[in-house]
Amino acid sequence: MAEAAAKPAGAEILSVSDLQAWYGESHILHGINFNVKAGEVVTLLGRNGAGKTTTLKSVMGIIGKRTGSIRFNGQDITRASSDRIARLGIAFCPEERGIFASLDVRENLLLPPIVRSGGLSLDQIFELFPNLKERLNSQGTKLSGGEQQMLAIARILRTGARFLMLDEPTEGLAPVIIQQIGHTIARLKSEGFTILLVEQNFRFASTVADRYYIVEHGKVIDGFANSELSANMDKLHTYLGV
Amino acid sequence: MQALYAQLLVGLINGSFYALLSLGLAVIFGMLNIINFAHGALYMMGAFCAYFLLHLTGIGYWWALIIAPIVVGIFGMILERTMLQWLAGLDHLYGLLLTFGIALIVQGVFQNYFGSSGLPYAIPDYPEVGGFRGLQGGMNLGFMFLPIYRGWVVVFSLVVCLATWFLIEKTRLGANLRAATENPTLVRAFGINVPRMITLTYGLGVGLAALAGVLSAPINQVRPLMGADLIIVVFAVVVIGGMGSIMGSIITGFALGVIEGLTKYFYPEASNTVVFVLMVLVLLVKPTGLTGRAA
Repeated sequence: MAEAAAKPAGAEILSVSDLQAWYGESHILHGINFNVKAGEVVTLLGRNGAGKTTTLKSVMGIIGKRTGSIRFNGQDITRASSDRIARLGIAFCPEERGIFASLDVRENLLLPPIVRSGGLSLDQIFELFPNLKERLNSQGTKLSGGEQQMLAIARILRTGARFLMLDEPTEGLAPVIIQQIGHTIARLKSEGFTILLVEQNFRFASTVADRYYIVEHGKVIDGFANSELSANMDKLHTYLGV
Repeated sequence: MQALYAQLLVGLINGSFYALLSLGLAVIFGMLNIINFAHGALYMMGAFCAYFLLHLTGIGYWWALIIAPIVVGIFGMILERTMLQWLAGLDHLYGLLLTFGIALIVQGVFQNYFGSSGLPYAIPDYPEVGGFRGLQGGMNLGFMFLPIYRGWVVVFSLVVCLATWFLIEKTRLGANLRAATENPTLVRAFGINVPRMITLTYGLGVGLAALAGVLSAPINQVRPLMGADLIIVVFAVVVIGGMGSIMGSIITGFALGVIEGLTKYFYPEASNTVVFVLMVLVLLVKPTGLTGRAA
């Protein structure tokens, strides 16, 4: 663990500074600052309603009003449309999973277009998630919660995007499935994917993350590396109220 | 018996138009969340487009079947880009009022120049195959006399409806469309240009209406109010079938045409109201329509 954290970090891929965002009239983000370097798994921790999901959605360009600066690979994407952001190589796996009921599993899997070469092939995806192969012709929403989560992750691995944003991928899942998702994230990291994770479950996060940011009331209030986790445990309990 | 078959055929013809129009309405409603009251006016524009092509440029029926849906479809896409897109996310009422207004304006303009009487549009008399001159004439099926053009309308409409169903339910493009109907925000976040897809979908729905207009021209003549009369029944068909389903609107369209035809034979007095009576019954029992998903 300590070794992994000491590894020299790659170039900054995503840098967010003074990000503010609104849902209609309500001001949700009040100045979010963080960055993600190539090959890292970075986790946003925080209580319900702290603004973690809104941060991901703002990066993805699906929050109507946003100010500040979001740069991806040096490019300013603060005002870009979400389809353009996706084509730059950011892939998003939403909290509610977003499996389409009117599409079967195969169609769900093939829905996100390839944005660049180097994505996983269908065979590689079935190797990661053997369940999906057997359920290809089922209606997307007929899958179990765990299978739906796997499908939601699998379909963005095909696209060639190397920067993944996963919003609470373990929420409401059985321990054995959580473990499988943990293995998948570790495997993706070892293959060079960069991952921005939102989690409430920091025990799970601690098995995969390199660094953490704490989000509270729409602001990043703290951040530390995984190697400093045990030193920060008391603070963390206070922040998360667990 | 002859009269029964004849009414059945009329029913199938009307059913073809109902199916083509309600199919377009269902596709547009799914994607744009707009109840497209301009549909009847666009159907009329399809017929007029064929009429202009023939009388101004000499381009005949077969090319009109292709050109008119494209021309009217482009007109529809301009409407969507300039006006309808701004209504996204608003209450249905706004879309309904805007498209109703568009329908009144379009029909008013055509009435201003062409009055209310019908302009004739001949059944095509080419190509000559065997003893047949194009789609003119008819054939004796033994139990009834079938005008070729009417048989053609039914078969061709059915083929177009099924092709549209196949496009939407069985292809990659259709999967994008179905997904965007469910959750446009997420589909866009995957890198698909959803606004462009919405424009093309409106164009497709409008194109189907224009195609129905061309098909109808030789049967019902070309009149500025031809769509206004038809669209009321088509909306009843849509309510009965439910907005959610592609196959549902096709089947309901043909079925109600046939039911109307049968009513004309068995109880002619009710033939103009039977669709509306059915609509009331369906609304009482199943408010989302026969095949509709809950909104």
